[in-house]
Amino acid sequence: MQKELITHPPLADAGSIRAIHLKKKPRLGEMFIQGFLFFCGAVSILTTLGIIYELGKESLLFFQMPGVTLIEFFTRTEWQPTIGKFGVLPLVTATLMTTFFAMLVALPLGLSAAIYLSEYASPRARSILKPILEILAGVPTVVYGYFALTTMTPFLRLLFGDQVQVYNTLSAGLVMGIMILPLVCSMSEDALSAVPQSLREAAYGLGGTRLETALQVVVPAALSGIIAAFILAISRAIGETMIVALAAGAGPNFTFNPFLSAETLTGYIARISGGDVAYDTPDYNSIFAIGLLLFGATLLLNILSRRLVARFREVYE
Amino acid sequence: MTHETNNHYAIETRGVNLYYGNFRAVKDVDLQIVPQKITAIIGPSGCGKSTVLRSFNRMNDFVPSFRMEGEILFHGQNIYAEDVDPVMVRQRIGMVFQKPNPFPKSIYENVAWGARINGYKGNLDELVEQTLRDAALWDEVKDNLKKSGLSLSGGQQQRLCIARALAVKPEIILMDEPCSALDPIATLKIEELMRELSRQYTIIIVTHNMQQAARASDYTAFFTMDDDRAGLMVEYGETHQIFTNPRDQRTEDYITGRFG
Amino acid sequence: MNNIFTSPRSILAARHARGKFWRGVFFSSTLIGLIALAALILTILNRAAGLVVITDAVDRNSLAGRPLTELTRPELVTILQDHLTRTRLRTLERNNGPLDSLDEETLINLVMEQVVKPTIRKSYTLAETLFQRAAIEQEIAAMRAETPNLQVEFRSWLNPGFLTRSMSATPELAGVRTAVLGSLWIIAITILVAFPIGVGAAIYLEEYASENRVNRIIQTNIDNLAGVPSIVYGILGLAIFVRTLSHLTSGAVFGIQGSNGRTILSAGLTMALLILPILIINAQEAIRAVPASLRQASYGLGATRWQTIWHHVLPNALPGILTGTILAISRALGETAPLILVGASSLINKDPTGVFSFFTALPIQIYNWTARPQPEFRNIAAAAILVLLVVLLSLNSVAIVLRNRLSKRGT
Ligand SMILES: Nc1ncnc2c1ncn2[C@@H]1O[C@H](COP(=O)(O)OP(=O)(O)OP(=O)(O)O)[C@@H](O)[C@H]1O
Ligand SMILES: [Mg+2]
Repeated sequence: MQKELITHPPLADAGSIRAIHLKKKPRLGEMFIQGFLFFCGAVSILTTLGIIYELGKESLLFFQMPGVTLIEFFTRTEWQPTIGKFGVLPLVTATLMTTFFAMLVALPLGLSAAIYLSEYASPRARSILKPILEILAGVPTVVYGYFALTTMTPFLRLLFGDQVQVYNTLSAGLVMGIMILPLVCSMSEDALSAVPQSLREAAYGLGGTRLETALQVVVPAALSGIIAAFILAISRAIGETMIVALAAGAGPNFTFNPFLSAETLTGYIARISGGDVAYDTPDYNSIFAIGLLLFGATLLLNILSRRLVARFREVYE
Repeated sequence: MTHETNNHYAIETRGVNLYYGNFRAVKDVDLQIVPQKITAIIGPSGCGKSTVLRSFNRMNDFVPSFRMEGEILFHGQNIYAEDVDPVMVRQRIGMVFQKPNPFPKSIYENVAWGARINGYKGNLDELVEQTLRDAALWDEVKDNLKKSGLSLSGGQQQRLCIARALAVKPEIILMDEPCSALDPIATLKIEELMRELSRQYTIIIVTHNMQQAARASDYTAFFTMDDDRAGLMVEYGETHQIFTNPRDQRTEDYITGRFG
Repeated sequence: MNNIFTSPRSILAARHARGKFWRGVFFSSTLIGLIALAALILTILNRAAGLVVITDAVDRNSLAGRPLTELTRPELVTILQDHLTRTRLRTLERNNGPLDSLDEETLINLVMEQVVKPTIRKSYTLAETLFQRAAIEQEIAAMRAETPNLQVEFRSWLNPGFLTRSMSATPELAGVRTAVLGSLWIIAITILVAFPIGVGAAIYLEEYASENRVNRIIQTNIDNLAGVPSIVYGILGLAIFVRTLSHLTSGAVFGIQGSNGRTILSAGLTMALLILPILIINAQEAIRAVPASLRQASYGLGATRWQTIWHHVLPNALPGILTGTILAISRALGETAPLILVGASSLINKDPTGVFSFFTALPIQIYNWTARPQPEFRNIAAAAILVLLVVLLSLNSVAIVLRNRLSKRGT
């Protein structure tokens, strides 16, 4: 019945038309370009494989050395590979300590600043304050190391006296916190600004103050984005090298005293590789074992963080 | 295989079903487009008019979830056959979009670019002038060919986009609501232009504007949505017949509702 | 009637007070960030200039009775010949060429370095110089009592000489020329390698890649690589470029002898890998911002994919891509840890001559000078930091200008 409604129009004589070639010709140039572009994308895969292969291979050699076992590696508290002491714990505790102090600074300050910028600041104020904070993010970390050594440490010694050593984890950690603050701030701010305006209006409409709206409605709505920022910040702190290499101390030290010098995972790698480290020595191989530990830890944190961001996006986009 | 016959419709669809993923957007379309006439496609929003139109020059290829069944013949040749190059299809079947989208280049470059990439060997200046004249834009821009295409008014931009399509020397021009972003006077100009162009070109136009379809087209296809949200062609015939004497109740409701 | 929702005035006041208090807290947090930045900059400026007290091993004015700058070239040569041993002179001539052929500036430098040998007895920070002048005068007077030929001068550690001199073990004679050249060479390689590959990968992912497993893996992988600590890239560079590919990176395959893989080439390639993910992500964003209508218009005219990309997508994405690239490059300029791993050596005082040269770089110099306990090295570290920050700031200004031009054209 449908068909009856459709009149086949008469075919008018249209005159002659151009010949029709629609057949695919191989476009060699285009194929070559596409191949090259794919290669460019694949370079990143090669990089990852390279990292995993090299870290894995040399770490394997490390754990095959006489006297090195996984258990010893993770439980002993002395780290002197050249004289056969293979306990990574002192490096780990130093890393955890600097990370902890860094987070003590970066998380609360970063989040507060983000709340201020997203919920309180006028567009004009924000357009001035944000770029300034971004400068902080663009300063090379070696400069922060300089800052820790020449300003933060003397300041701490002024506060706490001579019990603060010239190299100490507290100073390195606090300065690292300043370095990471802009990261936390801008990621959290992104999350807060992504919360739809309608939610804020609803809260105001019920008689909420600005603070109540910000803390009880907007922040919870942006929570997974904020947590993602926090996790990424931790990962950044664990992998940071130059600040700790300059200010935290050279030489492993199993201690929880923030005033004492202690070497972190990254600091150890930087110190050992500073000279021309000879290949296939315990020192050389240990760089890779510790590198693998760093890579694994930061990768896990990064993946976790990206998962959270993705989930957050799903909610609001 | 090369066809050199005129014994075919410009476009003919056979049992065409168009899908986005699992969703069937358009079902069972059998439609013949007469060369050098204007065919209008009308119907309620979401019934798949754009989808059908874009399938005529394989613009839907860029939608990853898009899939089609059936055949779409261009002068008897299936444009979805394995060995057909979509780029060549689009050289023969040009398109004008709903929102004017000139390149952020000069007016001259906007027109010349398509011809140049398609290996045009003749005099570009002449071609640009001729196509701008054909698009009834020449007098307005002849002193400002170096100006950015974006500096023109909306109606001028749309005529520039038509000129740009003409410069490639296609046979068919697809137009998806080309006037919906324009004011009535600019709209009228485009309609006159279409009339002029139909001497040389086959034009297929999607429009929401009933008067426009009635005024400007020779044939009209009315699409609507079925219960399963799939679009289908209800009625197709000469425009005069569709608008004065629709055979299907749905067509009549739609047309009178709009004319109301 | 009593409205049960009308809270007593006092409660509302308390809520507002709480609001005010927290607003202050949030604002102060932002302020702390700004204060930290100010403190950072002041720390560096504070060390980059100030009074210094210098003693000469041989008093520079007693050499000829006149200041060195007024002496002629032969007089300077005579001074050198009078004060140095024959072997020492031979070494000098081997390094610099015959003494007679040297220009005045080099000769003065040699006299200062070899004969006068100024040592800095004490250097004061800018703050001390400005605000504790009296105490300083006293201290200097006390020093004068012990050593008579003291020179006191106000010194900006960042001076033209600092930019043009090469590395030296004496801080007042050290400069950053070699380090700056090293950084430039490294960055040149980094750009040459990372820019085409990065933009290529971004084009692939945005314009070609279909939704399939391989492409999803590539994208995820790039996102993850962007978060890998830079020191891990250093380890990768050490293992791959310095060690495994040492034939290539030392230039041995090109007939260069006696080198090893710790070269500019290794450093540049390592940096390229490091900034690649950032560059790709930035370029992707720029390409994604090109409106789809432009692509459709191009395809509608029968353009091929590459014609569309080359003529329309790339030109429109270019400012964004360049901005992203500049940001990635400034990251590479400041990176230190990977360079330590691939064998930067701060003791190098020969300018790099090519990609197979050993190298030092600006951040490496900063690191090494900061790590020394003597305060004068902190001074030159501060000066070097200023150089680095000025370069980075100029780069970022360019990026901001580009970005603004981009957003202006978009409207
Ligand atoms: N890219 C796409 N992916 C998935 N579904 C799509 C896509 N484009 C269109 N659709 C769906 O296909 C159906 C037909 O869409 P189409 O754009 O062809 O309608 P239309 O008739 O042109 O409507 P309008 O008059 O509003 O332009 C709609 O249900 C739409 O949601
Ligand atoms: Mg449509």
